[in-house]
Amino acid sequence: MKKAVVLVKNLKKSYGEIKAVDDISFEVYEQEIFGLVGPNGAGKTTAIECIEGLRKPNSGDLTVLDLNPASNGRTLRNMIGIQLQESQLPARLKVWEAVSLFSSFYKKNIESGPLLRDLGLEEKKNAYFDKLSGGQKQRLFIALSLLNDPELIFLDELTTGLDPQARRTTWDLISSVRNKGKTIFLTTHFMEEAEKLCDRVAIMDKGKIIALDTPRNLIKDIATETRLRFSVTESPELDLLDNIKSISKYEKSGSNITIYGHDKRMVKDVVNFLVNQNIDFTDLQTEQSTLEDVFLALTGKQIRN
Amino acid sequence: MKSLSRLTVVQMKLFLREPMAAFFTLLWAPALLLLFGFIYGNEPTPFFGGLGFVDSQLPAYMGIIIVTVGMMSVPISTAEDRERGVLKRFHSTPLSPAIYLFANIFTYFIMSFIGVTLLFLLGKFVYHVQYGGNIFSVLAGFTISTLSFFSFGYLIASLSPTGRVAQVVGMVTGFLMMFLSGAAIPIEVIGDKVGGISKYLPLTYVVRFLKGLWAGNSWGSHWLDLTVILGLLVVGSVLSTVTFKWE
Repeated sequence: MKKAVVLVKNLKKSYGEIKAVDDISFEVYEQEIFGLVGPNGAGKTTAIECIEGLRKPNSGDLTVLDLNPASNGRTLRNMIGIQLQESQLPARLKVWEAVSLFSSFYKKNIESGPLLRDLGLEEKKNAYFDKLSGGQKQRLFIALSLLNDPELIFLDELTTGLDPQARRTTWDLISSVRNKGKTIFLTTHFMEEAEKLCDRVAIMDKGKIIALDTPRNLIKDIATETRLRFSVTESPELDLLDNIKSISKYEKSGSNITIYGHDKRMVKDVVNFLVNQNIDFTDLQTEQSTLEDVFLALTGKQIRN
Repeated sequence: MKSLSRLTVVQMKLFLREPMAAFFTLLWAPALLLLFGFIYGNEPTPFFGGLGFVDSQLPAYMGIIIVTVGMMSVPISTAEDRERGVLKRFHSTPLSPAIYLFANIFTYFIMSFIGVTLLFLLGKFVYHVQYGGNIFSVLAGFTISTLSFFSFGYLIASLSPTGRVAQVVGMVTGFLMMFLSGAAIPIEVIGDKVGGISKYLPLTYVVRFLKGLWAGNSWGSHWLDLTVILGLLVVGSVLSTVTFKWE
């Protein structure tokens, strides 16, 4: 039985008429990477900040590391690490000063030297905050969230604004933190990030959780369709494809052919067909569904506007 | 205690790393004293009740420092830190708000105190200023006046939606008071020329109070000034505590 470190039950938070978080419930288990994913404005940040104890919910039961974040906020924040979606440090604060200052806020500290080395910030120790690149600032905020050796770390939109290279580096970093036995609760609007990084994801839209499972299961549930693409050198006779039962439809556009099917045997059937008919083909690829498709299937809209 | 001392040291470094803030707090008042002292000299004149310009005006210049730090440094940097999410980052740690505020107030106070010290040294060694009061009485008066204006500065920061609004409000009220309350320009010169606006400016009471203590008056003889200053302190502290926001 996995231990739940975060328990959320019927959490609600409104701003005036707007229901930012509209009755959500879920649990986060020890040593997993849990992702709250959804488009901007879905209520992810409001939800995570209620759980961190930075905002007071209108109603609902919250338990984080056996504490109530609304009433034991400061005790809780001694035990967790927080990275905020949008925050800055004073422009002329140096990296080492930030680390030394934030260390002093916690009862428990880890050695900051190795931490800065692991995060590639050692050479930037004497740099002012406003002279750091976006990726370096983000790594510094990760460092600040790890100073107290927390068992539970909250990361809100961690990789927003980073280039793809820096994003991948950050994913590796988060995985390595989890491999040290920590639990990670993150929010993101990058479906690819959730898919690559998270053990379980809760998909959030308009304040509600509309699906919660492992990325693989979520995709499996909607991904009944397989797509197969290839290119041909000469225009073959394709009418015979109609005889293959596993194919639902096919499209031809110039030398590119896309075949859709609902059966796992479809790929094998098509390849057999191409070989038997002696048709030359190149660039054969099957397309897998992604969490983007899951979101589209569940909400009828693209996650990116 | 570790967090208080580290936060205080960091805040002081940050203050001194902002050249404009450091200049206006530490050197602006001494520079004005030097400038006007050069123009008017410090010869005794009946206009200043038998004192010289510097003798009469040096304690008033403490008011320049108080209003610069209280109405400009405090609200502008606090509102900017809030707008940029710096305060929220502090709030997401176990740091207590009281320690955060104490470290800030202490930092601003020390910086103001350094400014006043420079002013005193300048007066003593360049102008051989006449001094009739008790230094501890003057410093105590300076301290409560400073805290009173700081509380108002935090209130401006709380009520301003952005750093820019805090800057405009702080600058306008700050400069208005600096020039019309007898701090930068002697009250003897202003008189009733600007429609008696001086008596509606809190800094006027601070300036009169500090000039009086400097001359050796008792606190009791300044009960009106003291009431205004303490009233401002109480109202400012209560309102800024109630309205304080991390984000």
